[in-house]
Amino acid sequence: MKLYGLYNDDGVLVDGAKTLVSKGIKVNEVYSPFPIHGIERIIGVRWTRIAIAGFLYGITGTTLALFGMSYFMIQDWPMIIGGKPNFAFILNVPAFIPITFEFTVLCAAHGMALTYFIRNWTLPGVKAKNPHPRTTDDHFAIELVPEDIKDYSKEDLTSLLKETGTVEVFEK
Amino acid sequence: MHKESEIRYPLILGDKNYHQITEDVCAPLEGRANKLWYLAFSIAAVAALWGLGCIMYTIGRGIGVWGLNTTIDWAWDITNFVWWVGIGHAGTLISAVLLLFRQKWRMAINRSAEAMTIFAVMMAALFPGIHMGRIWMAYWVFPIPNQFGSLWVNFNSPLLWDVFAISTYFSVSLVFWYIGLIPDFATVRDRATRKIPKSIYSVLAFGWSGKVKQWIRFEEISLVLAGLATPLVFSVHSIVSMDFATSVIPGWHTTIFPPYFVAGAIFSGFAMVQTLLITARKVVNLESYITRKHIEYMNIVIVITGSMVGIAYLSELFIAWYSGVEFEQYAFLNRATGPYWWAYASMMTCNVIIPLTFFVEKLRKNIVYSWIISIFVNIGMWFERFVIIVTSLHRDYIPSNWTMFHPTFVDIGIFIGTIGIFGVLFLLYARTFPVLALNELKTILKSSGENYKKQQH
Repeated sequence: MKLYGLYNDDGVLVDGAKTLVSKGIKVNEVYSPFPIHGIERIIGVRWTRIAIAGFLYGITGTTLALFGMSYFMIQDWPMIIGGKPNFAFILNVPAFIPITFEFTVLCAAHGMALTYFIRNWTLPGVKAKNPHPRTTDDHFAIELVPEDIKDYSKEDLTSLLKETGTVEVFEK
Repeated sequence: MHKESEIRYPLILGDKNYHQITEDVCAPLEGRANKLWYLAFSIAAVAALWGLGCIMYTIGRGIGVWGLNTTIDWAWDITNFVWWVGIGHAGTLISAVLLLFRQKWRMAINRSAEAMTIFAVMMAALFPGIHMGRIWMAYWVFPIPNQFGSLWVNFNSPLLWDVFAISTYFSVSLVFWYIGLIPDFATVRDRATRKIPKSIYSVLAFGWSGKVKQWIRFEEISLVLAGLATPLVFSVHSIVSMDFATSVIPGWHTTIFPPYFVAGAIFSGFAMVQTLLITARKVVNLESYITRKHIEYMNIVIVITGSMVGIAYLSELFIAWYSGVEFEQYAFLNRATGPYWWAYASMMTCNVIIPLTFFVEKLRKNIVYSWIISIFVNIGMWFERFVIIVTSLHRDYIPSNWTMFHPTFVDIGIFIGTIGIFGVLFLLYARTFPVLALNELKTILKSSGENYKKQQH
């Protein structure tokens, strides 16, 4: 059973979250229709490392493309086309640059996108977890887990939430 | 919260709140289509069917049914390919480059521009596909192990670079577009009252909940994808231009091609965005979001890129003369004054002269005028590719090979058909997808909304 405070303004929610955190209450989650900047610092959510993953996917692509092309064009089946040098990597590499770039972007973008879908657990057929249908429209929700908050009873939490300017407090 | 100067124009007009934005953007999805939509859809569908018929005829009979001959062995197919790829450039430019430059006006137009990109690139990819003649062997363009021993595709060829560039561009644009769509689909899902639409949008929304960490990842991946897509936009059309520039045909063999093609692509892409959005804002009542100011901004991009294209045309002429190579000199003299002078004149008029009128403030703020000019630019940019391709080929080195290009009904049918298929896809999109990035727009409401700006001052 979780406790939700519903707000109709992002500014009010940010102030509310600050008040709750200052009282030592752990805000479990915030649901919003658009990104609220700075909320992650208030409720203690760490920044994502997805960009690092993207970099790693990217250099994987670069490496694969360069190794692949030097194998195809220089080791496996060297073709003489228009007199272009094909017997040494260093001489043939300018022609490999465009595909190396494209393949780097391809791997970085798709690798990141897959990571994004899996880490967010947003995939076709997944059930949405937002507590109220209007949190994807114009409402914002704070989620508290009363069992994890030892210092306050559920009633205390409800009244504290109400004091921060919620439009509704409900359990789900 | 971010405060914005009073003298900056509001990007969202009228008395809007978060809920009103959702209502306005979701209205066309939830309501019924009007007569105009059905009319437009029917016309597009007829054109699409005709085009599909012509494509099937081509596949059945071979590309001999086109107007190609031994001298002009590349004509409307590649012209249409480059034209569509060029149009496809605005979408990613708007969403990626303008995101990196923190241009907030992109938010009202990026979704539709990206949709346009995806549909345009699909149309573009069709042409090399059918030009192969045996389309069922199209997979041979990819470096896959095959039954011929270790025979690989030629990585030294710009045509292969193009395969990689177009497939990367298409798939990355698609992913970028869809990642942006997910939170908006979630909004549509949570509002839906009827059972079938709700279940469809639930699948499309991938179970998006709008958690803090989801939004952090959303913003981070948007930024990084924008960073990746920006050089991608430039590389794709540079590579398309290298299909020509790395050859030894006079008129094609020029180093100015990559920047010239990129500028041209952005130019034609913005023109197509203008054509579609000026219509769409009226049909689906989005005048408060796609404002006169948005149209003016796009016109500024059009006049700047148009001028860049104009400078490129003139430099080409100068360099042809300055090079001292008589084949080059003849190729350009022939373009401007030869039998295809009318194509060259249309290109110059539509791409260089007419857009210059946007330097007049009154004209670039006029919506009807902007729409008309956008059509001219679309036509002009088609002629640009036609001029580059056909006029460079039709005067071969041996005068006995000199000839003209006459399109057959199949050439015309396929071209009209792709416009039809594109229209069908775009019209379906406008009825079923949130055409504005509605949740992203909400983030700028308090800083750039007209009502909020008034309250601050």
